[in-house]
Amino acid sequence: MGSALDSLTPPPIRRIALDRAPTVAPAPTGGNGHGATVVSEPSQPSRAARLRASRPPVASVRERMQLESVWLAYGENWVVRDVSLTVREGEVLALIGASGSGKTTLLRSLNRLTEITEGAARAGRVTLDGEDVHSLEVNSLRRRVSMVFQQPNPFPMSIFDNVAYSLAEQSPARGRRRRRRSPEIEQAVIEALRRAGLYEEVAGDLGRPALRLSGGQQQRLCIARALAAKPEVLLLDEPCSALDPISTATIEELIVSLRSQVAIVIVTHNLQQAFRVADHVAFMHLGELVEYGAAEQVFDRPTQERTREYVSGAFG
Amino acid sequence: MVAPTADAPISRGPSLPIARPGRESTRSWPLLDRGFYWACWATGIGLCLIAAWVVLYMMVKGLAFLEPSMLVTSPKPEITQQGSGGFFDPIVGTFVIVAIGTALAVPIGMGIAVWLSEYARPGWLARTVESALETLAGVPSVVLALFGLLVFSRGFLGFLSESSVSGGVTGTSFLTAGVAMGVLATPLVVAANYEALALLPSRLREGSHALGKTRITTIRYVLLPAIRASSATGGVLAMGRIVGDTAIITILLGGGVNTEPNGGFLGLLRGTGATLTSYIFYESPAGEGNSHEKAYAAAFVLLLIVLALNGLAVWIARDRSVARRSIWSAFGWDLPWTR
Amino acid sequence: MIGFGQRAPHPHAAARRDRRAELTLGAFAVGVLVVIAAMVVTVAIKAWPSFSHNGLAWFGSGAEPDASMRAMRDSTPLPGHSIYYFRAWPLIWGTIVTTLPAVLIALVVSTLAAVFLTEFAPSAVRRTVEPVVRLLAGVPSIIYGLIGILALAPWIEHDFISNSRKQSVIYVVQLNGNNLSTGAVILAVMILPIMVAITMNALAAVPGSWKEGSAALGVNRWRTIWRVSLRTARPAIVAGLILATARALGEAVMLDLVAGSRDFNANPLDGLTFLYEPVRPLAATIFQEAGGLNIGALSHTLYAIAAVLLVSATLLSLAGWATKRSIARFGVL
Repeated sequence: MGSALDSLTPPPIRRIALDRAPTVAPAPTGGNGHGATVVSEPSQPSRAARLRASRPPVASVRERMQLESVWLAYGENWVVRDVSLTVREGEVLALIGASGSGKTTLLRSLNRLTEITEGAARAGRVTLDGEDVHSLEVNSLRRRVSMVFQQPNPFPMSIFDNVAYSLAEQSPARGRRRRRRSPEIEQAVIEALRRAGLYEEVAGDLGRPALRLSGGQQQRLCIARALAAKPEVLLLDEPCSALDPISTATIEELIVSLRSQVAIVIVTHNLQQAFRVADHVAFMHLGELVEYGAAEQVFDRPTQERTREYVSGAFG
Repeated sequence: MVAPTADAPISRGPSLPIARPGRESTRSWPLLDRGFYWACWATGIGLCLIAAWVVLYMMVKGLAFLEPSMLVTSPKPEITQQGSGGFFDPIVGTFVIVAIGTALAVPIGMGIAVWLSEYARPGWLARTVESALETLAGVPSVVLALFGLLVFSRGFLGFLSESSVSGGVTGTSFLTAGVAMGVLATPLVVAANYEALALLPSRLREGSHALGKTRITTIRYVLLPAIRASSATGGVLAMGRIVGDTAIITILLGGGVNTEPNGGFLGLLRGTGATLTSYIFYESPAGEGNSHEKAYAAAFVLLLIVLALNGLAVWIARDRSVARRSIWSAFGWDLPWTR
Repeated sequence: MIGFGQRAPHPHAAARRDRRAELTLGAFAVGVLVVIAAMVVTVAIKAWPSFSHNGLAWFGSGAEPDASMRAMRDSTPLPGHSIYYFRAWPLIWGTIVTTLPAVLIALVVSTLAAVFLTEFAPSAVRRTVEPVVRLLAGVPSIIYGLIGILALAPWIEHDFISNSRKQSVIYVVQLNGNNLSTGAVILAVMILPIMVAITMNALAAVPGSWKEGSAALGVNRWRTIWRVSLRTARPAIVAGLILATARALGEAVMLDLVAGSRDFNANPLDGLTFLYEPVRPLAATIFQEAGGLNIGALSHTLYAIAAVLLVSATLLSLAGWATKRSIARFGVL
């Protein structure tokens, strides 16, 4: 290969040499828990695997969204290339991949948030319950497909007003808005806070300013806010990356318990987290969907070389 | 070692049609929201049109009536328009007043800002001073002028202005008007400098104190140089405020249009005169001169001065967001102690 | 090693110098305090005779202010009254009737225009208009007055005030282009740029994550602006409003030029004619009568008017401070 051709290709990926088979979460041996050494084969199911197995079962799995040959671009670059996926209610779909792989852009296209950026272009089809999302009215789409962001972004209002925000903005058929403190809205707020696992902690004073909550609580508040409108799909963009481990664990439990009611798509940088919560995993690299399948299969028996390298920590 | 392999991106495009969605369309919005949306558009465009009209109108009228000779001839009261001269005296007067006012406001304002920011002991005194400055910022300039007249027409301050034969002091002179302008502009200067000092990272002060330097040394050699740009913009904005005030001038500098020195070394300063603002008032239909051509010409020159000052402030603050913020605070739009 | 700036290596001398510097700078601060206190006190003292002779009726109506002041200048009191007799209501009413509409118009227009410029306008428009707005904010008020009296007033007189209207009130007052509407409009135009600039600044400072979050919840752009951006910008808008009102109240010269400079008590019961009646606000009155400051009774009256202005300016600052405290509870301020 000549140097001229090299200048057209992305820089080569540096690999770390491995001398053992890839596993996502190598188990610590022994009962004392410290001095974990590298084991070539886990002799018992890893802790992560046990966590996986202890997840509550789901009654049924139903298809919610379909992505068919989706291409996305900002300006002149195609950031997402020819991706086809299915999002199902009753399971968690994890999008994993290195930075710049297009997973966040793909997530944002599901609720048409990519349109906020100037110069965005798309091709392909995204459907929600069979309807093309681009033929739906954008705001009603976003109430059915809600999103939680990486940095918690509660509004500078009270806890109650935050959760009630999208409910108060909905205009039922008559075109008039519901009063903010109506009993229906109060009911919906309390239920959303319960589903997000935040109600016990804030029940005393819902009028408190939301910005005074801790980071983990704020993120759960954002989840409650997203759940208030009873969406069909919940999109999570690296929701725990700014949080401490305890909050992370709480939110992961939340995600796992919510999956029976809402289809969940989570973008995560953290492979262990993906292993803990996901049912299906889509691995993206440089905009392309490299591998898509059940979580156990992608992590333990990846079919693509690139996937194997990623999940074993060779790059990313 | 595993040799790195490059991954060539597939540089093709989609075979399917490409859509470029625009901004959110308002077609589906409720009527009220759409109404507000169009109201915003209408008001915004209306504002742009008014702004353009004001600027263009002043330019057109000013250029139509401005002759270069006006800039260098003194005003001569005469019946006909032709021979009544220009407005050299008012231009000089403007510069003199701005100089006096800024010379007073900048050092005093900086000193107060430094005291508020670095010392501020005792606490109740600091808070009182802050409230006093905020009150001063809101006082109408007429009231300030009245007070100035009251103060400066006392006998013992007669040296600042003209004394008549019978011993009465007029209290009107460049000096008295300049002092009043200084008082007027001080809150602006304090706000600009205080804001800048507050935005300085504390490591500057900590580092200097760790070297064993006293506070005043730190201020002189570390902090003040660091806020140079903000201080400069504060000073320029103070100049802008001084240039634009009419009430103090008319009351404390007399309503005439010529510079009338009072004799002696400080004769000019102790005499009365005019600035562009009072001259414009004089030549407007409400004043005695009533020649609107001169008024437009003088207004145009005044506008150019304001434009130059604005440009100077922006230029000084060009690379420094701190100094840009101090432009805002200098107008009291962001007074730190009112947050 | 001595390092920069230290001329006296002895620690006590250095501390003494620091203390002296602190006292000097503190003296500046106290000096300003003294000036303001002196101003308040002297204005109050000089104003007192006027208030004491008139009592609370000072604020009411009675003889026309101009007539009272003429009487003071001539040293001949009006029949049946003392030399200090003064009823300021027409002037107070003139202030209200020019300032209030101007501030309300400016509030609405500036908010809508600022939203347009920050949220809806193409960036080219925004980039051109923003510096122009900032420039207009610094234009001296006399120039606005000039435009008002030479351009706006003739237009209003020509196109809005019919001859029949003029005839109908000719025995009471002469209608021309200098009236309360012109005054209010020019005042509004003068305070608009400041308010637009402040609001634009505040709107631009709203964190994008909030706007994005609101969009992701399915709230349309206008409602996002209304419930998130404007709400966050509210303290700044209030501050701008206070500043603009203070400026409007203190505007003497410009309103003297365009609002009519007659102490007429504009009567809303006159219907549309009300809009074209001349008025003179408080500050403009001081300005117009400033020549008579050495005449006893007149000067006391003028200082009384100044005292009223001072008190309103202080009340405004207090109101602004109080509103900001209550609004800041939920935000990041």
